[in-house]
Amino acid sequence: MDLEGQGRIRQVIEQAGADGVVAVLGANSPTAVEMTALTLKSGDPSYAGPLTGIALGIPSYHVLEAEIADQFDPALYERELALSALAMDVAEVVAPLKTIREA
Amino acid sequence: MIDLKGKRVLVIGERDGVNGPAIEACVKSAGAQVLYAETLCFV
Amino acid sequence: MTFPAITAVANVLAHAPGLVRYGSKPLRDIAHAPVTLEAIGARLRSYDDAVAYGPNQAFIGNLEPEALASLPRPWFEALDRSASSTGAFGDLISEGELLGLLKLCDRARLVHLDAATLADAGARLAKRGIVTPAEMDALTTADAPAIDALCRSGEAIPLFLDGRVAGAMGRGHEEDEALTANVLLENLAGKATGVLALRRLLRMVEDRVGPGDIDFVLAGSEEAVGDRYQRGGGNLAKAIAEGAGLASATGFDVKAFCASTLYAVFNAAALVQAGVFSRVAVVAGGSLAKLGMKYRAHVAKSMPVLEDVLAGIAILVERPRPGDPMIRLDTVGLHTVATGSAQQAIVEALVIEPLARAGYRLGDVDRYATEMHNPEVTEPSGSGDVPRGNYRLIAALGAMRGEIPRDGINDFIARHGMPGYAPTQGHIASAVCYLAHALRAMRAGTMRRALFMAKGSLFLGRMTEASDGVSFLVDCTGGLERAPHTP
Repeated sequence: MDLEGQGRIRQVIEQAGADGVVAVLGANSPTAVEMTALTLKSGDPSYAGPLTGIALGIPSYHVLEAEIADQFDPALYERELALSALAMDVAEVVAPLKTIREA
Repeated sequence: MIDLKGKRVLVIGERDGVNGPAIEACVKSAGAQVLYAETLCFV
Repeated sequence: MTFPAITAVANVLAHAPGLVRYGSKPLRDIAHAPVTLEAIGARLRSYDDAVAYGPNQAFIGNLEPEALASLPRPWFEALDRSASSTGAFGDLISEGELLGLLKLCDRARLVHLDAATLADAGARLAKRGIVTPAEMDALTTADAPAIDALCRSGEAIPLFLDGRVAGAMGRGHEEDEALTANVLLENLAGKATGVLALRRLLRMVEDRVGPGDIDFVLAGSEEAVGDRYQRGGGNLAKAIAEGAGLASATGFDVKAFCASTLYAVFNAAALVQAGVFSRVAVVAGGSLAKLGMKYRAHVAKSMPVLEDVLAGIAILVERPRPGDPMIRLDTVGLHTVATGSAQQAIVEALVIEPLARAGYRLGDVDRYATEMHNPEVTEPSGSGDVPRGNYRLIAALGAMRGEIPRDGINDFIARHGMPGYAPTQGHIASAVCYLAHALRAMRAGTMRRALFMAKGSLFLGRMTEASDGVSFLVDCTGGLERAPHTP
């Protein structure tokens, strides 16, 4: 994930605490999703950003994961998400997340 | 799997995927509170 | 109804491995960990390799982007040693030539270059027909001790060529953050590549259009030219016009993130259509800030640092002659405030609705030009294949609307899309880099119309969460042909 964003996320979590915080992602590439999820859970895997060595332990979900998307207002889903769900290979994009969450 | 109701959420959207504001609207509809939101642009 | 035409386009590249260290990401990382410089240095590629690289050849017009689909990946290994640095659309100049252009474009006496570098640059650029010997001879040179002293004092940053210090870029002010040597180098690099493109454009049309025949210049632009009181004052357009000898012109910069240059094109057309001007040039220089943006992934995967070129583009917009590709001002697609951030609304606003206004459906467009970034650059860092991601949005919407069968998405992309080939140079990779190819194909009778759509990530500036985009059709059929609605 973008390294600059890490610094602000770290500040937000330092103030608000990490309890019950989850991330919901929207990227359309499995690698991007994987890198973001790893950073938020265990620290920056590239050993370069403000979250290097800082394990926030925040689980990441993708906005198009069925169990997440099922919780949204259906009209909102249609308007905001339906096209993206058809355009990206959702299974491929979300695949890394379950493993990272359960690790 | 997680129940979003009452959860505090970090929204990380992507310009050509699902944007931050779109994710934000959706998770709020499920009863979550948004702590942080951004949209990434990879290029 | 007729609309203004695009009659010439120049696409240029400048090899700049020595400037990669000054790209935003490398610069910040080197400051944290100086050893990064060596790691980058070990993966910089030679000029010959940059010239022989398929995507660069596609950019300068010696290859069609579609041909990259059959070039085996990795493209950085499938080099064509017979490829020329002179492209059908423009040049891929060497770093020495770029440094010479920086000096030529320097009006503030801040660029110091040694005599040997300047002489070599002048000879090469003159051979390309980009400069005259006289204007290069008029430039002053600096000797090594002077260059060294400037760098040691902190007043200047070194300019490298083939691993040695060949010159220096001075700061404009001791305290002004808008006039540091790094900022001025970034701005001057944009000016120099814009001037390169515009001079190349002028050579292309010299038998019928002289520098004095261009009335106005619009520049697509993402850098900030200014000083402490007006950091983004701008009008690099006029500086570029001056650098190309457009004595009758002035102009202004169009600022809209990566959509800037495409916005500039339709605004140029609007000015010509309204009769305000007869000929408007659109120009854009390259982005030094984006050099080496994804170097980490390239170095980690033992790839060359592929973001080692600055891009430049120049486009001539004027009243149409019969058969000229026209900028369909009746098909401008806008991403308005009300459009919002849902992908469906955005694609409808930029693609479906403008086409519908002209009576077309998705299949009536021969080729879509979107964010044409080279996937070989973006995939290693997890950024995916950006053009393909955009094509999938268009095709998926077509499927949702029943214009394309659901299992026809890939086929649609193969027929109406193309592989990405542009360097990650922002406002040039966004759609406009295909204007030259479309112009060529339309002149050859192999293309009727192409849709150009560019996006701007406004949210990056923290003034809005919105993104932006603009689009329009370029069409050479005079709008007379209404294709039957075949998918």
